[in-house]
Parts: sequence; structure tokens; C-alpha cells
Amino acid sequence: MNANLKGFVRNIPLHLMLVPGLIVILIYNYIPMAGLIIAFQDFSPIGGFRVMNWVGLDNFKYLFELPGFYQVVWNTVFISVMKIIAGLTVPVLVALLLNEVRSSGFKRSVQTIIYMPHFFSWVVLAGILIDVLSPSGGLVNMALKAAGYPPIQFLASNDWFPYVLVISDQWKEFGFGTIIYLAALTSIDSSLYEAAVMDGAGRWKQTWHITLPGIRPIMILMLTLSLGNVLNGGFDQVFNLYNPLVYESGDILDTMIYRIGLQDAQYSVSTALGLIKSVVSFLFIGLGYYLAYRIANYRIF
Amino acid sequence: MHHISAPYRWFLRFNYAVLTVLALLCLFPLVNILAISFSSSGAVAAGKVTFWPVDWTLSSYTYMMENRQFTGSFLISLTRVALGTAVNLVLTILVAYPLSKDARTFRSRTVYAWIFVFTMLFGGGLIPTYLVVKETGMLNSVWALILPGAVPIFNVLLMLNFFRGLPKELEEAAWMDGAGHFRTLWSVYLPVSLPSIATVTLFTVVGHWNAWFDGMIYMKSPEHHPLATYLQSMLQQQLNVTTTTGMSLEEADRLSRVSDRTTQASQIFLSVVPILVLYPFLQRYFVKGLVVGSVKG
Repeated sequence: MNANLKGFVRNIPLHLMLVPGLIVILIYNYIPMAGLIIAFQDFSPIGGFRVMNWVGLDNFKYLFELPGFYQVVWNTVFISVMKIIAGLTVPVLVALLLNEVRSSGFKRSVQTIIYMPHFFSWVVLAGILIDVLSPSGGLVNMALKAAGYPPIQFLASNDWFPYVLVISDQWKEFGFGTIIYLAALTSIDSSLYEAAVMDGAGRWKQTWHITLPGIRPIMILMLTLSLGNVLNGGFDQVFNLYNPLVYESGDILDTMIYRIGLQDAQYSVSTALGLIKSVVSFLFIGLGYYLAYRIANYRIF
Repeated sequence: MHHISAPYRWFLRFNYAVLTVLALLCLFPLVNILAISFSSSGAVAAGKVTFWPVDWTLSSYTYMMENRQFTGSFLISLTRVALGTAVNLVLTILVAYPLSKDARTFRSRTVYAWIFVFTMLFGGGLIPTYLVVKETGMLNSVWALILPGAVPIFNVLLMLNFFRGLPKELEEAAWMDGAGHFRTLWSVYLPVSLPSIATVTLFTVVGHWNAWFDGMIYMKSPEHHPLATYLQSMLQQQLNVTTTTGMSLEEADRLSRVSDRTTQASQIFLSVVPILVLYPFLQRYFVKGLVVGSVKG
């Protein structure tokens, strides 16, 4: 009893430290969660929460009957799955290449440069992409023209737009993605390589039998953790690059939530869509963390 | 090791070439923007500028400095970064320290930790959050850009894992000397946590500097827009004109009187300068900080 009390008194400062943070997340994270009830109401910004017009699942029905809704779901999953695959393979390949570099100066400069785009915003990168991909004066189309191909409207063509998203996403993030794999590579026991050389293994064999198995756990971890992103197509990027011409292939759940909610002011319908997304994402994140825990013994904290 | 086989030598050349190209691809956006911003608009319109300025001029920069909207937004962004980073750092550290204690000494730790982590897994989404910000009367206030994200959970996890990695003896020694939790955090933990504080600071500053969406939805009038939001609306206008009409950028520029490409380039460039200035100082920390914080064991 006495010891318990002493422990509690000793820990009072710890509770106090948490108070400001708790207040902030209570207001800005937990109250909005309660606000999700407007998905089941006919909410109007003027009446506010006080006017309870319960409509049950009408908003959800409306969504499911909306033409193009399934297209948006498909776009979101298609774009994010391609991004997840690219995000798992490209950084690993680049990390493997960087790992073969002997000159540490070259290695460090390359790393410094390829990490950098991660810190630029999609606003800035979109500004550059629009320029580079422009059908008339853009560098890419000038190169195509020089090679004898007709110009491509990358940002106005539904055939190209999703791939532009995936490639430009890698352009921004592949360098940053290598950080973790490079760290994993340096932690592989070097005596394994010495033993392999003794056995006459060449570079390919070493990579195949030692390096790749060495980073496999971290790759599996990254894969499981990325599950939570299946419904995230990347709002910042899509919003800054898309336009009415590519809604068909580029509209994702987040942009649809924005358009229905803030542009059309259909607060309840938008919230209903947000709720679906939150719940499904939550299940995927949960599954991801569970698998990460079972397979790679990973804990969040 | 001494003998390098011929195929491997070829591979090495190929490797250096590939990595150089990749690095150039990442450097390219910056160099291109820089070159355009220092060129005359005539040369840009003629498509002559790629990596090197043509007809050197500073006119876009002088023009921009006279642009009230730009300078105003720049100031708002600076305010936001200074205030926002201070708030974020204080809250991150205050939350991370107690959560880094183990559950035996701090019983409620697990409950608290889940309260915070749950916000990472599930959220109210766009409209409910917007309504809360509106109801708390913060539309058009810089606090609308700071408070909703004042506790960045990812950074809290980085700090927390770093604190956990510190030797227990540090804390015990502080307690022997009669320090309480606040004193221990301030005089013992913080001084040895500089690498990870630097990492978190970099992420926070960059996050605030780059954020544009909250500025767009919470700031009703353009004169309250931070720089990133201002840039976004400007570029968006241009994108809509070019893609919907199929015109080239140059034609669109001329016809719609969307601001000049050289001016845009200089604005884009100036908007990344703070990141470029900060980056070299913090880069050596963040790689380590990130790896320690996110991938344990």
C-alpha cells in the first residue's frame, strides 16, 4: 500500500506530462471520430449537430448507387497496389547497387542526392512534372519526338495517368526507401561472405544466397506494414496532378471524399465515404501489424 | 578481394552509370527550375532552357519580391514553421518521455500508449475534422494549421524508441542526485538525445513548410494562405488551363495571363530554399535516427 502510493506520487509528473498531448488528441482526433455519426444523418452545416435527422444507411446506399463509385474504388486499389509493389522492389534494387560501390565518397553523394526529393512537396514536384511532361515543350515529349514518336498527353490521358502516378511516386521516394535496406545490408554478418568466397561463390551467388536472404525479414516487414495503405492512393500527389480529363482513371477515394464534401458540401455523404475508408483501412492496418508481429516479431512501441 | 573478374568489372561500370543517372534524375527537378528562374521568359517560351540559364536575368526574382501575395505568404509560412515546430517538439518530447518508461514502473503506460497509437490507426476523416476546427473558431487563424497536428504520433514513436535505447543507468544516476522526472528529462535525456531531436525537427519543419492542404481548406481568404498553398493554387490554375484546352504551357500562359513561367520557377525555387539550407545539417542525423527509431532489433 505504502509502496504503491509512493510509486504513484513518484509518477505524478509522468501523468502531468501527458496532459497537453492528451487534450490535443482528444479535441482533434477523438471528437472527429464521434463526429462520424453525421454519416448516419442528413447533416447540414447550418443546423449543426443539434438537429438530428437520422437517415440510417441512406448515405451509404446513395454512395453504392453512385455511378463511378466502383471505378473509384478500383482506381484507388490499382494505384496503391502498384505503388506498394514498386516501393518494395525499386529501393531494394538501388540499395543492392549502392552496396556494391567501393568509393565511399561516391556512395555518400548519391545517397544525399536521392534522399532529397522526399523532402520536396508534391506541389513543387507536380509543378516540375507538369512542365517536363508537357505535350509541346516538355523534355520527355521532346525526347520522344527526337526518337520519331508522336507526343503523349501524359497528364490528360487515362491510359497513362495511373502509370505517371506510380513512376513519379518512385521518383520522389525510392531514395528515401533505400535507407532501411542499406541499414539492413550493413548488418549482415561479413563472415558469411568470407565463407562463401572460400566455397568459390561469385558475386551473383553471394547476392542470391546471402544478401537477399539477409534482408528478407525486413522486406517481409515492409510488405506487411504497407498493407495499411491499400486504400491510400496518395491524395497530395493525385490532387496536384489530376484534372477533369483523367477523373476516370485518377479519381481515388480521398479525392472523391474531398470533392463530395468540400466542393459539393454534401457533408454527410462525404463522411459516410470517409467512414467506409477508415474502417476498411483500420482492418488492413490491423492485419498488417498482426502479420508483422507474427512473422517478424515487430511491435509498434 | 584482390582479383576482380572481367564480368564484375563490367558490372561495376554499369552500376556507377545507373547510380549516376538515378542521382541526376533526382537532381534534375531542382536544376531545371533554377535554370528557368534565371532565364529570360523569351528563352523559356522558346523551349531553349534545360539545365543552364539562357539570357541570364534576375528579373523574375525582383518581380516576385514586389508581389505582395508571395511575400505575405512567405511570412505566414515562416510563422507557421516557427510556432508549429516549437509546439510539435514540446508535445512530442512530453508525450514520448512518459511512454518510454516500462509498464512496471509506470502502470498506466499501456493505456496511454494505446490512446495515442489508436489515432494513427483510425480517424474521423476530412469533414468531421474540418467541423471541429470550424467549431473551435480557428478558421483563418494560423492555429488551425498547428493544433490539429500538434502531436505527430510517428515522431513520438521515433523519440520514444530512442529514449528506450538509452542506458538505464543514466536515469538511475539522476534519481540518486535527487532529480525528479522533469529534471531528468531536461538535464539528462534531452542533451543526449540531440541526434533524434534533430531528426524529428527536420521532419517537423519540412512537414509544416510543405503543408498546403490545411491552408487551402481552413484559410478562407488568399491573404491568409501559407506559401505552399499559394503555390498550389497558382500551379493548379495552370494545370487546368493546359490539360483542358490541350494548349502548350507557353500558349496557355499567354492566353490566360497565368503568371509567367520564369516567375513560377523562381517561386518554386525559393519555396525549397529553406529545405535545402536545413538538409545538409540534419542529414547526417536522420538516417541514423530513422533506423534506430523505426526498425528495432
